[in-house]
Amino acid sequence: MVAFRSAESRPILGRGPSPGLRFFFFGLLAIGLMWLDQRQGYLEAVRRGMSMVTYPIQVAVDSPAAFWDWLSDLFATRERLRKENEQLKLEVRDADFRLMRYADLEQENLRLRGLRDATSRVTQRFIVAEILRVDLNPFRQRVIINKGTRDGAFKGQAILDASGVFGQITQVGTFSSEAILITDSEHAIPVQVNRNGLRTIAVGTGEFSLRKLSLPFLATNADIKVGDLLVSSGLGGVFPPGYPVATVTKVDKAVAQTLAEITAEPAAKLDRDREVLLIWSDEPPIDVAPDASATPATPPAKGSKP
Amino acid sequence: MSRDSLNRMPMLLSVVAGLILSVLPLPNWLNVARPDFLVIVVLYWSIMVPRAGGLTLAFLAGLLLDASKGVVLGQHALALCLASYIAIKLHLRVRIFPIWHQALTVFMLLVVYQFMLFWIDGMTGHQVTNYLRWLPAFTGAALWPVFAGLLGNAYQRT
Repeated sequence: MVAFRSAESRPILGRGPSPGLRFFFFGLLAIGLMWLDQRQGYLEAVRRGMSMVTYPIQVAVDSPAAFWDWLSDLFATRERLRKENEQLKLEVRDADFRLMRYADLEQENLRLRGLRDATSRVTQRFIVAEILRVDLNPFRQRVIINKGTRDGAFKGQAILDASGVFGQITQVGTFSSEAILITDSEHAIPVQVNRNGLRTIAVGTGEFSLRKLSLPFLATNADIKVGDLLVSSGLGGVFPPGYPVATVTKVDKAVAQTLAEITAEPAAKLDRDREVLLIWSDEPPIDVAPDASATPATPPAKGSKP
Repeated sequence: MSRDSLNRMPMLLSVVAGLILSVLPLPNWLNVARPDFLVIVVLYWSIMVPRAGGLTLAFLAGLLLDASKGVVLGQHALALCLASYIAIKLHLRVRIFPIWHQALTVFMLLVVYQFMLFWIDGMTGHQVTNYLRWLPAFTGAALWPVFAGLLGNAYQRT
């Protein structure tokens, strides 16, 4: 356990400032950094610089698993590929079938919206981002994705996966960004019950399973049932309207309570996704208030600093 | 930092290894109990060779942790500086403790570190009140003999 060797390597003179002085200095520096970062938001550039240092490490950590994926793709058996191909064909056929009338409906929708002077709600552009297999804080549901400012990603950008709303970007670096999942306990998303248009807010619970959202703001007499689909309402301007968010799994209307206890299961496969979509909605999602830009993104803080 | 003949290579390597271990994907139940590898590495060097890295090492390692965990810059840096400062103050005593006694000291340092994180989390409005957040202090202290053995070997061989 003796970890130092000769006397020459530890001279008595020239040791520099005492540990106490150094601690004082570094402590002040750290507190200053926190103040600048938290209250002023000046440190975006510094953060971006730091993420350039940590990104290679994150990629290195991700690489064995990525390599394994690549390898197993390489040696996929013919049988498996054939099965997968068949299944995909079936899925494409179903999707085509559902899409057949989509163009027609879209036109009709635009015409009707034109009549009502409403804005179009079609989302235009997206890119695919990959999630790095890197663990962050176990009590926060954040992931690192491999797209940053270089690819045009920005803070507060909505992220979807193939089956629903996934989360939003909280911090952008040059090559990578950090995203918060909708189940994080600091995240909330404005939703609407698809069946009747009832609006509320779905708050993340922070459960490790990533399969639970809660709807804490509905009264016991609200018209909501198990199995109802919740879609994003577009209020708040972060998420484009009309994308599936969750399905209601439990409605507990205790008579003595004012508010019902409602939980829902996210539509997105938060725990299984490898690839997600970053969305650009070119038009303001919905005309709610004349001053939509002044309304906060989604009610509680959820990562974006005040 | 005084320029001297200290070999800092093992220290730097162990810091990189600690950083990698602290973001390596683990199953959920293990992730919760994941010891703060980088913190233990910094504490080891603070106790054994305080002049090799000392508080500068603690501060920089803390900033790396801040950046890789995506929290407010300076949080881990401050917590790690405090833990490392106490370790440096005590290092002459801790070095001659028997190993289980060292582990207890490290446990106390890890609790101080976690408490600083907890405190700053609360102040910045990202409170995590789950009791499980104190688990890494226990696992870290329990694994201290292993780390000390590994790092001690690595240091002496180079």
